[in-house]
Amino acid sequence: MSRERGTIIAGAAETNAVGKLPDYSVLQLHLEAAVNAVADAGLTMRDIDGIATVTSPGPVQVAHALGITPSWMDGTAVGGTSFLLHVRHAAAAIRAGYARTVLITHGESGRSRVGATPFPRGGSSIPGQFEAPYGTAGPTTSFTIPVLRYMKEYGLTHEQLAYVAVAQRKWAARNPRAMFRDLITVDDVLASRLVAYPFHLLECCLVTDGGGALIVTSADRAADFPKPAVHVLGTGESAETPMISQMVDFTESQAFRLAGQAAFAEAGITTADVNHVMVYDAFAHVPIYGLEALGFTAKGEAGAFIADGNTEPGGRLPLNTNGGGLSYTHTGMYGMFAIQEGVRQIRGEAAAQVPKAEISVVVGNGGMFATSGVLVLGHERR
Amino acid sequence: MPAKPVPEPTPETQPFWDGCARGELLLQRCRDCGKPYFYPRPICPACGSSDVEWFAASGRATLYSYVINHRPARGFEEDGPYAIAVVELAEGPRMMTNITGVPNTPEDLILDMELQVRFEQRGEMSLPVFAPAGEKQ
Repeated sequence: MSRERGTIIAGAAETNAVGKLPDYSVLQLHLEAAVNAVADAGLTMRDIDGIATVTSPGPVQVAHALGITPSWMDGTAVGGTSFLLHVRHAAAAIRAGYARTVLITHGESGRSRVGATPFPRGGSSIPGQFEAPYGTAGPTTSFTIPVLRYMKEYGLTHEQLAYVAVAQRKWAARNPRAMFRDLITVDDVLASRLVAYPFHLLECCLVTDGGGALIVTSADRAADFPKPAVHVLGTGESAETPMISQMVDFTESQAFRLAGQAAFAEAGITTADVNHVMVYDAFAHVPIYGLEALGFTAKGEAGAFIADGNTEPGGRLPLNTNGGGLSYTHTGMYGMFAIQEGVRQIRGEAAAQVPKAEISVVVGNGGMFATSGVLVLGHERR
Repeated sequence: MPAKPVPEPTPETQPFWDGCARGELLLQRCRDCGKPYFYPRPICPACGSSDVEWFAASGRATLYSYVINHRPARGFEEDGPYAIAVVELAEGPRMMTNITGVPNTPEDLILDMELQVRFEQRGEMSLPVFAPAGEKQ
């Protein structure tokens, strides 16, 4: 990428707390995260000329509440990966000159549902006609369906699937903000109650309240901010299916793969260059699909790779170092928190800091393997 | 107790649901490239052609993947743990469904087992579900 066209994340922050926040509305979570991110970048709201967030409450509401009059806005709402797409779209807008300093916000009262939009139940939508009548009830009943096919095709065991949660809890134990910090064993996971066979409770993400925000601007301003610049080296996005039943192949995420290929190509990197990975983990199988889709392991080998300790503290590919959606926090649209941890690792300020975190890859999921965004973040321009 | 969700047809899906009411599982097929597809829509997803037609599928399928849900959706509270499955139709397309005529347990639901379509009355609609092939209706 040429010097003139690079972008950076200049500010990044979460809400003061994440977890159970019954005294915060959705909007309030957006606003607190925005204030914290603007302060983190050493800016004021008057410096912001671009805004991106999901509906609802949407960019107009968030901008208005903060007193921002945007010259550019993005309301892309394609599930929990949306914020990764916002970074990508903001980078393009900044290159095009449509905005100079973009604020991206997330806030979700996923647990307490304060000021939250009710979940839609449209019986005439395509999922309403062809999935809901069979008793789907949110992600636990649909995002989970592919894994039995994967287990049959590649021999992934129940113990290996459970170990994903065990490995991530080791990271969460080092993160004071994580909701669950007590170490667990494979037996603990398999003894937790069944939610949707083969998934037990500890193989499913948390449901929490919280928010986060980012400031994206051009790389020529990299020296102008109090924190080290985090360069956006590569980005990708893709969509696969609105319904899990129509996923192309239940043993792999095409959306992860295509978004990852685009991001790696733009960044000019291979997996060998990567020191740190975040894979959106709504359920224990998603990191397995993520590692394989981006080529960190061969197909069918990521379960063993994780069970062999490669992704936990001291392993050669630190993965989901905040504890992930399984142990840290998961508001419903977790992607913002995956980006935040990537930024913290590149800056060297993470609670469970990994050595030599020079390139971090963040893999986002939206819906149930519906969409993906991938970011390659680095501590210096390549 | 709340009722189970009932599909609400839209113009492009109406023929599918009309077929179910007659006991027929209808798919669409592209008259240009020949590919069959599901879910109902007026454009071939393989080649983009609008020259598509309905045809009656065999109703034969195999079990592609599933979960057994222990936290029932609205209307499913009395069913006990139930499988939410995806089957691969003999013609190729996959669809979500429920499995009937066999206990919904990991021991009884074996991937790639052969299935046959059945139709379950749901309100005024008829919903395709699948049972092991050879089971009496």
